[in-house]
Amino acid sequence: MAHYELRCRECGRSWGNQPRSICDECFSPLEVTYDYDWIRYLLGEGSIDQQRSSREHIAKRPPNMWRYAELLPLPAGFEPPLPIGFTPLLQAPRLAARLAGTNDAKTAAHNLYLKNDAVCLPTLSFKDRVVAVALAQTHAFGFDTVACSSTGNLANAVAAHAARLGLKAWIFIPSDLEPAKILGTQVFGANVVRIAGNYDQVNRLCSQIAEDRHWGFVNVNLRPYYAEGSKTVGFEIAEQLGWRLPDNVVVPMAGGSLIVKIKKAFEELTKLGLVEEKPVKFFGAQATGCSPISTAVKTGSAEVEPQKPATIARSLAIGNPADGHYAIKAIKHSGGWSEDVSDPEVIDSIRLLAETEGIFAETAGGVTVGTAGKLYRQDRILPEETTVLCITGNGLKTTDVLAGVYEMERPIAPKLAEFENYLEQSVDGAEVAREAARAVGV
Amino acid sequence: MGITVQIPTALRRHTAGVSTIACAATNLGELFSVLDEKFPDLKPHLRDEAGQVRRFLNIYVNEEDIRFLGGPGYSFQDGDEVLLVPSIAGGTSSSS
Repeated sequence: MAHYELRCRECGRSWGNQPRSICDECFSPLEVTYDYDWIRYLLGEGSIDQQRSSREHIAKRPPNMWRYAELLPLPAGFEPPLPIGFTPLLQAPRLAARLAGTNDAKTAAHNLYLKNDAVCLPTLSFKDRVVAVALAQTHAFGFDTVACSSTGNLANAVAAHAARLGLKAWIFIPSDLEPAKILGTQVFGANVVRIAGNYDQVNRLCSQIAEDRHWGFVNVNLRPYYAEGSKTVGFEIAEQLGWRLPDNVVVPMAGGSLIVKIKKAFEELTKLGLVEEKPVKFFGAQATGCSPISTAVKTGSAEVEPQKPATIARSLAIGNPADGHYAIKAIKHSGGWSEDVSDPEVIDSIRLLAETEGIFAETAGGVTVGTAGKLYRQDRILPEETTVLCITGNGLKTTDVLAGVYEMERPIAPKLAEFENYLEQSVDGAEVAREAARAVGV
Repeated sequence: MGITVQIPTALRRHTAGVSTIACAATNLGELFSVLDEKFPDLKPHLRDEAGQVRRFLNIYVNEEDIRFLGGPGYSFQDGDEVLLVPSIAGGTSSSS
């Protein structure tokens, strides 16, 4: 008997464990719920200092997201096929100085962190987490074929994990996805179906296909399990901060699930006594060209008005976000806010993050960093507050948006004099040459 | 004037297994009236107590979300195909 099951979040009906995301009674979404007393028992082993015992129990495990197995919907006897997650949580002093402004630079430098899922393996985005959890159920549910609708990162992750598990994969994508994301799906031998439409149209089509085929659609009939994988971002942030919660989290939003699940992760850790209870503000980040959730937050609406996406941040280009209602609720209840940034701001922010912290994020990372800058300037995030920015994907997948930003330099002959001449001609180079001259006393 | 309406699997137990119907509704309000009459058990699954379309139900006309066409104000055209599709959401905060 599993210690988790699906329940309708509106009417509370139990649905056991099965590939299903909707309650037939009231048509509302299903969610995985857990027996927390049992989890407390498993982690604490009835010790006197349960908090210490639980933390030590987890700390002894390998550094990957499976260290939180009790808080994930995994079948009995599950053996992880890959070590996933436990990506770096990095302080970001130089970025903080730029985002918070000169006066507050020193304070902010100590308090700004980046959760860097640009290096999440195997496919360099946080989607590896959710797919790994969803596919843990494929054997139990009798699937030999898995599928998804995707804006790119999920396509990569489903294709790679399916290859690893020996499953067939069908991937449905909008036809205008970044070339690197399409190639990075095809290489794993998946069947890639390009749809002449936007993500919302692809997703609607997949809902229809899922009704007729015995396929495990990770973000349709496996969605309640899949979404639980996002919690591991929250678990790791708390553990890597020394088992404490931050003051603020800035999260990019597409369907809106990640921000909701990080909030759930913090609540579960609090419930289990692994962290002290404290208020955390949740901030959502979107691209202005596809900002249904941030628009709702800023206009005070409880519901999303769908939009037609028009942004270079294609991984966030979901105009009718499935979890939009819940994301709005999570943001508002926490006292947070949501902002959006233009495409030029996305590019500037990708460059800022790369130049200050050495992290090359995809467009969603640019959205998050750009949004964080706005939130600092609006004093919604204060320099003295511990703030975590979630970087969810790798810039090598979206290099096309930087085409034209950098010029290819004219090659020079392999001669020292040529190089000296080159230095003189470049502004930065001229400064380097002057410094060199000063160093030798010229 | 005629349109067809596709009923998703999740709702077919309220329609005795019927997956498609044809009718002459000219707008969303009339379509709901037709469905109410044919399948009384379906009514509470499509609209809330205030008569609003349920949050987790998306309605498409010829593959386009009806909200982009004017929502309840959209006048159906002869031959329109209406799809009722559940919105796939992934759950929410455990404490809310």
